[in-house]
Amino acid sequence: MREAASIDALDRAIIDRLQGDFPISECPYAEAAAALGIDEGELIARLQRLLDTRVLTRFGPMFQVERMGGSFVLAAMRVPDAEWEHVVEAVNAFPEVAHNYRRESSQNCDFNMWFVLATEKPDGIEQAVQKIEAATGLSVFPFPKLKEYFVEMKLEVRT
Amino acid sequence: MNKATDDIDRRLVLATQSGLPLVPRPYDELGAQLGIPAAEVMARLASMLASGVIRRIGAVPNHYAIGYTANGMSVWDVPDERIDELGARVGALDFVTHCYHRPRKLPEWPYSLFAMVHGTSREEVLAKVAQIAELLGSDCRAHDVLFSTQILKKTGLRIGA
Repeated sequence: MREAASIDALDRAIIDRLQGDFPISECPYAEAAAALGIDEGELIARLQRLLDTRVLTRFGPMFQVERMGGSFVLAAMRVPDAEWEHVVEAVNAFPEVAHNYRRESSQNCDFNMWFVLATEKPDGIEQAVQKIEAATGLSVFPFPKLKEYFVEMKLEVRT
Repeated sequence: MNKATDDIDRRLVLATQSGLPLVPRPYDELGAQLGIPAAEVMARLASMLASGVIRRIGAVPNHYAIGYTANGMSVWDVPDERIDELGARVGALDFVTHCYHRPRKLPEWPYSLFAMVHGTSREEVLAKVAQIAELLGSDCRAHDVLFSTQILKKTGLRIGA
């Protein structure tokens, strides 16, 4: 696992305070910056740097694709070590793959690649599954959510 | 997209899915790109936020980079007739960031309740997973924790133009 990027107290404050509620107003950066006690230019420069150094993966709206008539589905594969690199490349090449993680089980489960498919139409998921299976020669196991009990992906900076 | 989002909303999604412009007046810039007034951009974003099409607007951290180097997907085999009650209770734990009911894939996959737990070490995550196990008690028939060892991709939604 790679080392955490170096960030200072102001970066931490920006990340902790701006994981939601970014203003919808004429000069939202100025407004958010004022709440942090800095000026607009500094906030914009800091956000740019946090994006460039990949401390932030994105700054903007987080869409809930289901509410737009689309689908968002977790899926898993069992990828043999020998095929790992080429399967990563093949799977990641699909724009429908929104994120992808390598995972290891604490027991002996061999589902080791877990990705999320996001498509604009519900039938896009089945098509993406078929395309990924064709491209890799491996089975894809979709785990659509049957019920969502809780989602709140805001995390306080720990570094 | 369904009728809840029209063509202009769709173009607004396309224009912002990789991020907001980092300029002093980002909604003016989006309005110029889409050929609509900034006020309409703001009204449409506010409406998508209110309806849940947009979950929130802000920073999306790489959780490894902000110190959450241990990220465990805990998965549980619990009785179907109990899952909604148990899912609500597990989801209410303050360290669980996502909690879902998902289908089993027998025989390979017996688990139906998924709860994501983040921490700075595997020990911290495992201690939290033990708290979930305690809460579930005898309703837990089997469980596993899958730790992520590498982010292979993290771009978020990308719909086509």
